[in-house]
Amino acid sequence: MAVCIAVIAKENYPLYIRSVPTQGELKFHYTVHTSLDVVEEKISGVGKALADQRELYLGLLYPTEDYKVYGYVTNSKVKFVIVVDSSNTSLRDNEIRSMFRKLHNSFTDVMCNPFYNPGDPIQSKAFDSIVSTMMVQAF
Amino acid sequence: MDQGSAAGTGGTFISLSDSEQRCYSGLYALCQPDSSGKLAAGKVAELFRASQLPAETLHQVTEVCGAKRLGYFSCGQFYVALKLIAAAQAGLPVRLESIAGELPLPVFVGITNELEMGYPNQPLTNESQSHILGLVTGSAPRPPADRPVLRHPDTSMDKQEAWSPPQSPGISPPRSPSAYRCYSYGAQRNGTDTLLAYEAKGPGLPGVPQENSSPSHYSLRLQPEQPVVTRVEVASVERVEVDYSDDPWRITEEQREYYTNQFRSLQPDLSALIMGTVAKNFFTKSKLPIPELSHIWELSDVDKDGALTFPEFCTAFHLIVARKNGYPLPETLPATLRPGFVEAGVLTAPPSEIIGSVDQQMTSRPGVTAKQEVRDESRKREFFLKRIPEPHEKPIQHISTLKPDSPQELDTNMKSRTRPRSYSSTSIDDAMKKVEEPPTPPPRPQKTHSRASSLDLNKLFQQSAQGAKSGWLPPPPALPPRPPATQIFSFLPGSEKSSQKAVQQPNFADFSKFRVEQESSVRGDLSTEDLTPPKSDSTVLHQGHAPQKPVRRKLHPESQSATPPLATPYSAATLTKSTQRPPPKQKREIQMAIRKNRETNAVLTRLNSELQQQLKVVHRERVTLESQLELLRPVASI
Repeated sequence: MAVCIAVIAKENYPLYIRSVPTQGELKFHYTVHTSLDVVEEKISGVGKALADQRELYLGLLYPTEDYKVYGYVTNSKVKFVIVVDSSNTSLRDNEIRSMFRKLHNSFTDVMCNPFYNPGDPIQSKAFDSIVSTMMVQAF
Repeated sequence: MDQGSAAGTGGTFISLSDSEQRCYSGLYALCQPDSSGKLAAGKVAELFRASQLPAETLHQVTEVCGAKRLGYFSCGQFYVALKLIAAAQAGLPVRLESIAGELPLPVFVGITNELEMGYPNQPLTNESQSHILGLVTGSAPRPPADRPVLRHPDTSMDKQEAWSPPQSPGISPPRSPSAYRCYSYGAQRNGTDTLLAYEAKGPGLPGVPQENSSPSHYSLRLQPEQPVVTRVEVASVERVEVDYSDDPWRITEEQREYYTNQFRSLQPDLSALIMGTVAKNFFTKSKLPIPELSHIWELSDVDKDGALTFPEFCTAFHLIVARKNGYPLPETLPATLRPGFVEAGVLTAPPSEIIGSVDQQMTSRPGVTAKQEVRDESRKREFFLKRIPEPHEKPIQHISTLKPDSPQELDTNMKSRTRPRSYSSTSIDDAMKKVEEPPTPPPRPQKTHSRASSLDLNKLFQQSAQGAKSGWLPPPPALPPRPPATQIFSFLPGSEKSSQKAVQQPNFADFSKFRVEQESSVRGDLSTEDLTPPKSDSTVLHQGHAPQKPVRRKLHPESQSATPPLATPYSAATLTKSTQRPPPKQKREIQMAIRKNRETNAVLTRLNSELQQQLKVVHRERVTLESQLELLRPVASI
């Protein structure tokens, strides 16, 4: 269960950020922002190879005391960042991958909507509901 | 009731329509008026909360209606408050002036369910009823009224708030005048009260003592009868037919017809898809806010492919219509609007035939099958084919007059047009029409061949190069119509053609030798046409088509002017074929179609080769750039 989920556009501005509100959103915004550097580093590392050889799932970007940050980048350089609680050790890599896959699918659905201009903040209710299922349930 | 409202508003006479009277009286009864007519504050508060308006608005309503002054809700204040709630839900400010006019009934989620459920004497779960009735109270007049309500968008698509409460005229039983009310007063009263007691969460008995309320409430008491009677009838009807037409989420026949026409205006083939951009432009005309349109799209595009099938389009259209009439958008798609709910049989039958025939065409099976295809398609595509000559003069979106073309032309057009139909979208249609519209050749100055060929290929490639609207086969649709277009164009100013032909004639000699190649390669090119063709390719194609044009013209006796006699076997063959026209008319058409396809194939093959060359060039460039990048990389990474 994620504590914060963010979708970052190609130009590195957020399209969608949502975090469990009880824990202070600003901290997560900052975390996501700093994680972008790590994402850039990871995707630039495979510059020699063709794009399809680069894996979309970037894995654990960096861990801190309180939480871990996972990254995922699409072929169009849209980045998904998931922040999970470090105390939640039951989350395995596969689960994170499946979360990213679901995010990617619902992001694609949002993109398919002709009324959505790429680059706009994501306001789709369907996307919101998917994200809600993945977030830690607020107590 | 009028007196009450007058009293409540301090002299402002607010008139209520019959439906509103019924609804309000029902709600009034629900709120447990005591002996003096004051309503239970708790019930009123609950009802107001059920209207889903913000608390501040509700405060305003309470203030404006006068209940704050009086300290309680009597009949007058309550009615005024209900009207203000209706106004607020319609988006008007909470003022007495707002309610002077006609308004839709206020919506109370969850409250009317109790009203409705109790009356039929059965504690129904009725999701349908609650679904229906929860949306709009006073739903008694629903059955006939919804039709006019939802038919309004036909004329008011571009108007906001075009909803006037049309429920009134539709209802029969409630319309009975006061005589009926008085008559049924005694009889219904106990029934009402017992029903109220039966269903309500407790306010049953209080209903009974209200019988003895003062005469001033006599008329008020009558009101509940009306809704009871009507609701009993309506509820029973609704229960019998859960998908009765008063369900705002069910598409009636007139609506479906209207949607079909609208769909056809965007995309003549009912089995094909409307692309997202086209649908977006179309639905944006409804002047709904973009987030709502986005939500509607999410609801209706069930297969999430970025395009709308006909059922999806009906769903989306219906949601827009409902929204414009004031219904809030549902979070999930109502069952009656699911694409599976649509009468798929009606739509799938013809499209399947067409698709089948189109597939046959795509396999380029000449002969009898083509003939059959032409038959089928002619039957179904006639309306669409008639539009082919139109694009010359008119914009794409207007399907107005249909030019009377010879049936042969229509057949061939249909056959050629149906090929793209199975994949096609409106963009393809647009491409085709745009291709045919400009009579003059596109910006290929040297390619002033006949309108059809130049139009088709040039425009197609331009468009596909510009937008790549659909990754499907935009060019193929354009190419086939070319030969028939020449037939059609025969009606058009012949001078243009003759001039074009005159220009083309010097090309004939140049490209006559290409003709054979083109014919053989037309088919192959068709498949590759969806590559973004560079301009150079189109020039080649035009050159390829140029010689074909005069050939075709020769075939048609109605062709404008005498084409230069091309001493090519192809033209001779066509001439011989043309002589046989009278008896095997269809055969000739088929052969013409085959010829057309071959030409198209040739053109496309040529295009393909050109594109391949370009691809190689680009690839080389890319390799060069990558190597440069490699050189620079160690420097940058420092």
